[in-house]
Amino acid sequence: MILGYALIFAMGCFSLALLMNLWRIASAPTMADRILAVDTMTVNVIALITLYGAWMGTSILFEVTMLLAMTGFVATVAFAKHILRGSIIE
Amino acid sequence: MILMALEWGLAAMLVGGGIFALIGSWGLLRLPDPMQRLHAPTKATTVGVGAALVASGLGLTLTDGVISLQEALVAVFLFVTAPLSALWLARVHLWQRVPKDSLPPPVSGDWAVFHGADAADPAGRTGDGPAR
Repeated sequence: MILGYALIFAMGCFSLALLMNLWRIASAPTMADRILAVDTMTVNVIALITLYGAWMGTSILFEVTMLLAMTGFVATVAFAKHILRGSIIE
Repeated sequence: MILMALEWGLAAMLVGGGIFALIGSWGLLRLPDPMQRLHAPTKATTVGVGAALVASGLGLTLTDGVISLQEALVAVFLFVTAPLSALWLARVHLWQRVPKDSLPPPVSGDWAVFHGADAADPAGRTGDGPAR
């Protein structure tokens, strides 16, 4: 009972955090901020999908979160490397 | 009784994780300095997501009776990669915004960020990378 309310509260918090990240992407002063906002967005989406899986009572969404975590990290490093070096794979 | 306590613990974990994530994204919006902005998402959000993942894994363990370590795997992966993302973004910030002359000299060698850059013109850097 209390767990359901906590789950809804946490999902609301993560959704609000996602909206803040979206606002940050739209209004970022520097490129690094924009990359950081995308990275944070990935992390928040991972949490949201996990909580949705807990809400539905399934564990089949685990692969989705794992893939998102991997591609999110690689995307962040690739963006940063592109700005630093002009090419991603040297 | 124990089940009740465990449920309350999981609920507290979920609420705390949500609040941490909210603080992280709020800090990303509100902190004034780019290097300060790096702190909020990489630390607060990582803790928030870790709490949510662990709570979800424990909840599944509780309901199904099968120990599920999958969420812990994702949490460990995020905890490992978050500092690396922060490191790369700090390097981008140094590269784009900070003049090389304003940095203290490293113990040995040269700053790795500026390795390969045109040393004569550190201020003229853009986002397009150095001439290689």
